[in-house]
Amino acid sequence: MKRLLVLGAGTAGTMVVNKMSHHLDPNEWEITIVDQEETHYYQPGFLFIPFGIYGRNDVIKPRRDYIPTGVDLIVSEIELIEPENNRVKIAKGDRWLDYDYLVIATGTHPRLDETPGLVDEDGKIPDNVHTFYTLDGAVRLEKFLRKWEGGKLVLNIMEMPFKCPVAPLEFIFLADWWFTEQGIRDKVDLTFVTPLPGAFTKPIAARELGGILEEKNISLVTDFMAERVDPDRNTLVAFDEEEVPYDVLVTVPVNMGADVIGRSGLGDELNHVPVDKHTFVHAKYPNIFALGDAAALPTSKAGSVAHFAVETWTENFLRYIDGLDMKEAFDGHANCFIESGFGKGLLIDFNYDTEPLPGKYPLPGVGPFSLLRESEMNHWGKMLFRWMYWNILLKGKEMPVTSYMTMAGKWS
Amino acid sequence: MATELIAGREITVDEEGFFADPSQWSEDMAEELAKAIGIDELTEDHWKVIRFLRKDFEETGETATIRRVSTMTGISTKQLYQLFPKKPAKKMAYIAGLPKPTGCV
Ligand SMILES: Cc1cc2nc3c(=O)[nH]c(=O)nc-3n(C[C@H](O)[C@H](O)[C@H](O)COP(=O)(O)OP(=O)(O)OC[C@H]3O[C@@H](n4cnc5c(N)ncnc54)[C@H](O)[C@@H]3O)c2cc1C
Repeated sequence: MKRLLVLGAGTAGTMVVNKMSHHLDPNEWEITIVDQEETHYYQPGFLFIPFGIYGRNDVIKPRRDYIPTGVDLIVSEIELIEPENNRVKIAKGDRWLDYDYLVIATGTHPRLDETPGLVDEDGKIPDNVHTFYTLDGAVRLEKFLRKWEGGKLVLNIMEMPFKCPVAPLEFIFLADWWFTEQGIRDKVDLTFVTPLPGAFTKPIAARELGGILEEKNISLVTDFMAERVDPDRNTLVAFDEEEVPYDVLVTVPVNMGADVIGRSGLGDELNHVPVDKHTFVHAKYPNIFALGDAAALPTSKAGSVAHFAVETWTENFLRYIDGLDMKEAFDGHANCFIESGFGKGLLIDFNYDTEPLPGKYPLPGVGPFSLLRESEMNHWGKMLFRWMYWNILLKGKEMPVTSYMTMAGKWS
Repeated sequence: MATELIAGREITVDEEGFFADPSQWSEDMAEELAKAIGIDELTEDHWKVIRFLRKDFEETGETATIRRVSTMTGISTKQLYQLFPKKPAKKMAYIAGLPKPTGCV
């Protein structure tokens, strides 16, 4: 028997075992997946919780429901990976799991403790500091906003890279809409603070999205590398001493890969795993792959990217185990709906080499989605994504879009 | 692409003045590049950073981020801001003759 071991049963890991249990012969292969939690979170849904659009129950499902029969799911913390010995230590029963091939899909995670002042020694976060990057944080923010009567709300991004690079923009767009609905927009000052030189990384998208911020009367502070939060003065302080005061701070914390990656000597300075950007093979170990947010790749950390990545990887892996060269090359394809408030949204589509461009998607000229332009259809695309996530994506079924990027229908 | 005369040699640069071909760089250019962006003297710590950036680029093909430089050299981010004021990521890369760091998406 050959053993395929998958670490992490989030978006990427779950897709991998669904694909593999379909393709691999159960008489020849044993597939095991390990995750520390019974619950699967629909993380894109966290964004909508502070505004009461989704609640806790809209974004959680039992993980087991998404693991196909024949695949062994172990619920346990992963403690150590020993790449030299092809084995992994798990907490449950103090066991070692041996593997022939290892897929690391342990994701990337918000780390409040990486920024001085965000949490005190007891791990407590100040009452007026929030994050929607965890389910508990999103629920806590919803409770806070319901009672808040206005003032200066600052959204800040601590450091690059972080998962779902469009989520902070979406949050501030939705906040503009929500405070308008509440009738207190005139009492709220919205500010978007980023370490990037513009509203987004890629120049054309940064220009378009920056324009929308301006239209919505949201201030933009760029090149702001936050060093710490001063909770006594309600102020965000940058490494170059620049300061941004706030009444409420909503932060996108530093994101880091799982500690077990660092502990096992497999990661970079943020515990992300360096892998070949086209094939996902580990830089040092040819039987280790990293997929999804866990991988250190120059593209977005997002569910849609994980989806395109797993599609390409599946074809390759099936060749690889038969001793053939990997053929398909992942191009960094990312495709993100951006909720912009008032029932509208945008869509961006890009890869390693091509920045997001305006146009129509997925059918050239037809759409139904508009690239880099606000439309109601894009908003419905975003809302439909939750259904697609649970019913199509996780289960590894065919999505009606290609995994590599195409230029058809785009204006360059 | 444009060319610029640095330490008496023709260097190919991008729109923002970053080296298009890092192999055209040599250590004797660093002082001149530093002066051009307002850093008058290169200390031991500056050199530690520059040499790390060069070595890391050779190995990974990427310009290291501030966090990576700080983790690998032991020089804190705060110090990097003092050594290369205002925009350390860009300034370090410029002096070391490397492409502009790609702000990851
Ligand atoms: C607020 C927010 C909004 C987002 N919006 C979007 C969006 O609109 N579109 C989009 O495409 N993406 C979005 N994303 C990003 C998307 O959710 C992630 O990119 C995606 O889930 C990545 O999948 P993954 O499998 O790599 O990691 P995850 O789904 O995070 O899974 C990692 C798994 O590993 C497990 N794990 C980690 N360490 C250990 C350990 N030591 N032991 C055991 N188990 C471990 C975790 O429990 C987890 O289940 C959003 C994310 C957030 C936070």
